[in-house]
Amino acid sequence: MTRKQRRLTMIGGALAVLAVAAALVLNALRDSIVFFSTPTMVAEKHIGPGTRFRLGGLVQPGSLVRGDDLAVRFQVADGGAKLPVAYKGLLPDLFREGQGVVAEGALDGSGVFRADTVLAKHDETYMPKDVADALKKQGHWKDDYGAKAGADAKPSGGAVASQGAAPSAEGATR
Amino acid sequence: MIAESGHYALVLALALALIQSTVPLVGARLRDPALMNVARSAAVGQLLFVLMSFAALVMLHIISDFSVANVFENSHSLKPLIYKITGVWGNHEGSMLLWVSILALFGGLVALFGQNLPLSLRAHVLSVQAWIASAFYLFILITSNPFTRIANPPIEGRDLNPVLQDIGLAVHPPMLYLGYVGFSISFSFAVAALIEGRIDPAWARWVRPWTLLAWTFLTLGIAMGSYWAYYELGWGGWWFWDPVENASLMPWLAGTALLHSALVMEKRNALKVWTILLSILTFSLSLLGTFLVRSGVLTSVHAFATDPTRGVFILVILCLFIGGSLTLFAGRASALKQGGIFAPISREGALVLNNLLLTTACATVFIGTLYPLALEVLTGAKISVGAPFFNLTFAPLFVPLLIAVPFGPMLAWKRGDLLGAAQRLLAAAGAGLAAIALVWAWTRGGAVLAPLAIGLAVFVIGGAVTDLVERIGLFSVPLATAARRARGLPRSVWGSAFAHAGLGIALIGIVCETTWNTEHIGTMKAGDSVNVAGYELKLEGLTPRPGPNYRELAASFSVSLDGEPLSVMTPSKRTFTTRGMSTTEAALLRRGVSQLYISLGDTTPDDAIVVRIYHKPMVLLIWFGPVLMAFGGLLSLSDRRLRVGAPRPAKALRAMQAAE
Repeated sequence: MTRKQRRLTMIGGALAVLAVAAALVLNALRDSIVFFSTPTMVAEKHIGPGTRFRLGGLVQPGSLVRGDDLAVRFQVADGGAKLPVAYKGLLPDLFREGQGVVAEGALDGSGVFRADTVLAKHDETYMPKDVADALKKQGHWKDDYGAKAGADAKPSGGAVASQGAAPSAEGATR
Repeated sequence: MIAESGHYALVLALALALIQSTVPLVGARLRDPALMNVARSAAVGQLLFVLMSFAALVMLHIISDFSVANVFENSHSLKPLIYKITGVWGNHEGSMLLWVSILALFGGLVALFGQNLPLSLRAHVLSVQAWIASAFYLFILITSNPFTRIANPPIEGRDLNPVLQDIGLAVHPPMLYLGYVGFSISFSFAVAALIEGRIDPAWARWVRPWTLLAWTFLTLGIAMGSYWAYYELGWGGWWFWDPVENASLMPWLAGTALLHSALVMEKRNALKVWTILLSILTFSLSLLGTFLVRSGVLTSVHAFATDPTRGVFILVILCLFIGGSLTLFAGRASALKQGGIFAPISREGALVLNNLLLTTACATVFIGTLYPLALEVLTGAKISVGAPFFNLTFAPLFVPLLIAVPFGPMLAWKRGDLLGAAQRLLAAAGAGLAAIALVWAWTRGGAVLAPLAIGLAVFVIGGAVTDLVERIGLFSVPLATAARRARGLPRSVWGSAFAHAGLGIALIGIVCETTWNTEHIGTMKAGDSVNVAGYELKLEGLTPRPGPNYRELAASFSVSLDGEPLSVMTPSKRTFTTRGMSTTEAALLRRGVSQLYISLGDTTPDDAIVVRIYHKPMVLLIWFGPVLMAFGGLLSLSDRRLRVGAPRPAKALRAMQAAE
């Protein structure tokens, strides 16, 4: 083989691998990404039953009902709308009424959000960023959330962890 | 006073870095050895001042000086001493100070042990190091000064995030930073080579050990972080494809590729341009990781500080260094002479394939990590890309890589014999197939992919063993001769065999843990017992216990197997009063390389407690694999060949050990 042919073999091989990778990525992006919504966005967009998404908002005070065998029901509100959530399993350490929460799952036929994962942040004053942004955008951001977060975030934020693969914030329960 | 001296030392380090980043360059232009040698003393001076500054911050934390904002926010007088020290880098400012300390350490090591380098190359390398250092000193001094005082000092501190009050914090960040920042050396060498427009033979000999050292630490750092997350977060996960984890995985993948391409360059003087590019990319990914973690663009425990000026500052540093070095590369790379030629089927060809697959895998991780950010900026839509994405992209790319791993060392340089290599790997392939059949028979009707993956892992391990067996002629020559040959075998050969076997071992752990993990979640009262994977666990009782800066509720479980009592496990739940946070301390019981894992949830009103019990088969192999890989790295680092030409090899080796 001449130098040119060798180089062409290499480039051809490289392109083939890249093409396979691109196909894999596009395929995965179509099937396995999950959008984030708040109850208001759910009402506006008419998300159908069975579509997986992440629901974020505040746990409505007084809405938490514990059933048998670790089943819980609560409502997630964002000031504009409320959505009932059903979940079975362990709630994260920092799950509290009135606090921010992110749940992943899908709506069932009767309009109840069936969560299979509930995430809450490990820092008590911490509001999940997605939830905070959404609340601000919809004008339901109350100053005391900001004050709480702000008091803790000066100047470095409440809890800054080390870099890398150390414990992830999402004290999630599956 | 301590705080002010620490601050002042840091300013002096910046001044020295600025001198180091300009004077040697001028010296190299004018061919003035005196000016070029400024780099050396400046680098050593910088190291001393940064260490003084770091020591000052450690001292402030030890004596609990709450008039310093950083200590007030992250410490507590009742905190155990070890966490007072590790708490220094358990926050943004302190961890950036650790970052620059390690950067200065590497610069100092090059200055001290680089006497055999050509003078102008050393001047250039140290200058580039000083550019990076200057940028980060400025970042610390302007946006995240750890020595800021509080006007009215409070009496008590806010305490460190309880999740971080763990021995993991003592080990994981320094290890990770030694890896991240260690790649700055290969970056500086690459940029220096581009500035000079030529690559010396000394270049590859120098870059490879530094890359190997950085890679070894990064491997250990990632594994340590993963194990820490596993036992501390209380739900038994060890890898979450969290963006911050990906930020450390990307430099690791690129660094692994660099390690292999530097090998080709060292031995065969080929792939020069590609190696330079990889050096730049690897460190760029380390910088990107720092940006992602430190800027607060990601939602993660690692990135609570969301101060926009910091993000913008690091973004500017990132663009300057990545953009600058890639521009330099585009302009200068064509000037580098082409090296030796090789056939596609050869050791070089195999290493090219390795590089191709590793960088492509790295690219898919890159896309999965940054796509949500880009989409949010462009369209405002918020999405999350989680494990399913990476399972569908990363895993398929790793399968051909794993298949190819045993072939690489079997092929000859320049032109290899694929059929011959395949024949020599028959035994390994047979072992793999036997493993598939065995696992299949044992778990009939279960998962389909798992036995195949285990077979692949056994093939990789078998390949590493075959390579060693063939080289020392075990079974074909008398045992004494084989033993002599084994001693004579270069350590780098042993190193790569260990590293490759580690890969297979980690894969076995990953597959077993994810496929045959048993989980039990439920509420238990004292006296209740459950059966998990054949083990009988009985909750004996719950006892509250006081701790130095927390209260804890400990549960005591007696574990028995087939009626035989084994042990007592005591998971607990700690409540830290200062921050009002609670953490879960999981209890682990090791059985061989498998583990029983218990973590506690909330107590219910009727005195029952929610418990999570896992049986995780072979789980320890997940971390034993990387440790073996890192051991291989160190073994290879101690190879005599890597120290060829070093005037004082014994001392250089000691320096490397000191850097651990």
